[in-house]
Amino acid sequence: MFEAFQFEFMRNAILAGLLASIACGIVGVYVVVKKIVSMSGGIAHASFGGIGLGYLLNFNPVLGAMFFSLLSALTMGLVTRRTRLPEDTAIGILWALGMALGVIFIGLSPGYAPDLMSYLFGNILTVPMSDLYLMAGLDLVIVALTAAFYKEFLLLSFDEEFGTVAGMPVNSLYLLLLCMVAMTVVVLIRVVGMILVIAMLAFPAAMARQFTHDIKKMMILSVIFGMLFTFGGLWISYILNLASGATIILLSGLILLATYIVAGLRRRTKVRFTR
Amino acid sequence: MASTDIVRLENVWVSYNGTPALEDVNLVVVEHDFLGVIGPNGGGKSTLLKVILGLVKPQRGSVSVLGSLPERSRNRIGYVPQHSNYDHDFPVSVMEVVLMGRYGKRGILKPYDGSDREAAEKALARVGMLSHAHTQIGQLSGGQQQRTFIARALVSDPALLLLDEPTASVDSAMQTDFYELLEELKREMAIVMVSHDIGAVSVFVDKIACLNVQLYYHGSSEITPQILEATYKCPVQLIAHGDIPHRVLRKH
Repeated sequence: MFEAFQFEFMRNAILAGLLASIACGIVGVYVVVKKIVSMSGGIAHASFGGIGLGYLLNFNPVLGAMFFSLLSALTMGLVTRRTRLPEDTAIGILWALGMALGVIFIGLSPGYAPDLMSYLFGNILTVPMSDLYLMAGLDLVIVALTAAFYKEFLLLSFDEEFGTVAGMPVNSLYLLLLCMVAMTVVVLIRVVGMILVIAMLAFPAAMARQFTHDIKKMMILSVIFGMLFTFGGLWISYILNLASGATIILLSGLILLATYIVAGLRRRTKVRFTR
Repeated sequence: MASTDIVRLENVWVSYNGTPALEDVNLVVVEHDFLGVIGPNGGGKSTLLKVILGLVKPQRGSVSVLGSLPERSRNRIGYVPQHSNYDHDFPVSVMEVVLMGRYGKRGILKPYDGSDREAAEKALARVGMLSHAHTQIGQLSGGQQQRTFIARALVSDPALLLLDEPTASVDSAMQTDFYELLEELKREMAIVMVSHDIGAVSVFVDKIACLNVQLYYHGSSEITPQILEATYKCPVQLIAHGDIPHRVLRKH
């Protein structure tokens, strides 16, 4: 393993893993407690349209993904707040529309689409330096917004109605939160791929939730879990020569499942004793 | 005197997708009133509170709270929502919940400061929950959660306290404590409570209104079988045993 650090691609991979864990750890906590996991899945998948646009017009597909995920976040947010369309219907429509656009755009682009798989399923070993700068920039924005709007996001997630009564601009803050999800999608796309982003948003935060009742501690724990999952998965994929993104997700999924089973067993023994 | 009116609803009509929720509702709440609004589920009780809070705009009629539009008076209303409206597993402490009540005073982007914390501690002490300040909300009993949400409503020094089904999650032993707390609070603010728990309401409140789309307002807190029948649109029976709270049974 240690000889692996000598390679530049391995150093970039470590950096990408760290940057991805920060974004998904912080925003993932809001995604889990505000119960917008499927909304976030929709935003992530709709970003495929932007990846396709990048191929078609010959610019960095990650920038296209950013444009599309922000656009779909705002559209889904506005549609669910301003119209009578049920939330899951709106999610389904935009999810599919974004992906369909991506397929059409890629079909229209001349020749073969190189590294398409790395956008779909991630490849932490091929993250270029330019994308690392973008990821670091987005991380900064996410951390700054979370610090600035900490009390607003807490009230928004816990009791939106009370927030409205207290005079908080809940709809604007909700849109801002969805945009932060969109930014996180962009940070994660190179690491685990747009199809698996949703797992990285949900798993570390869901795991952290089992260990603390404090939302700040939950964020710190969830960043740490994100790093453990990413580097653990990367290491296993290196040894067994498997796809890195999928290995990271499988590892975190299995660990999360194991903690749920242990917690469930504990609860059962407790009940038995109290009887 | 119009100046002492806390709430004034005149000919208020609200409907959702053509289904009427409130029809021609008139209501006046003055200082130190403790009004109980009873009625069946779906009778428009929560809608009435939302109209007072300005969360639901009536199609017709006028609403004034503390002499102006509900939205303008919101920071002087303490609102205790229905128990089922929030996630009991949410990672938030009692103190953090009560601080949310200071949001209106603090405003966007400004963190809560020492004075907010002091006010929150005072409110928690008042409802007897100060020792639980750092407990996660979901680990409390139903009654304790209720007290926490009352503290959140009190922390902004409201002139009007709105309670939506406050007794739904409180066991009967705790209910007396709960009403004693309200007894004390009504010296400082007007209270409007909606509930389907007719017995409890009629014992503790001063004035009563029955709501089933239309509002039947009664100055005193005496309920007659005729009033209940008009509200519930089915025969109900009142049983009174001296000092014991009234109970209402459906005719079999």
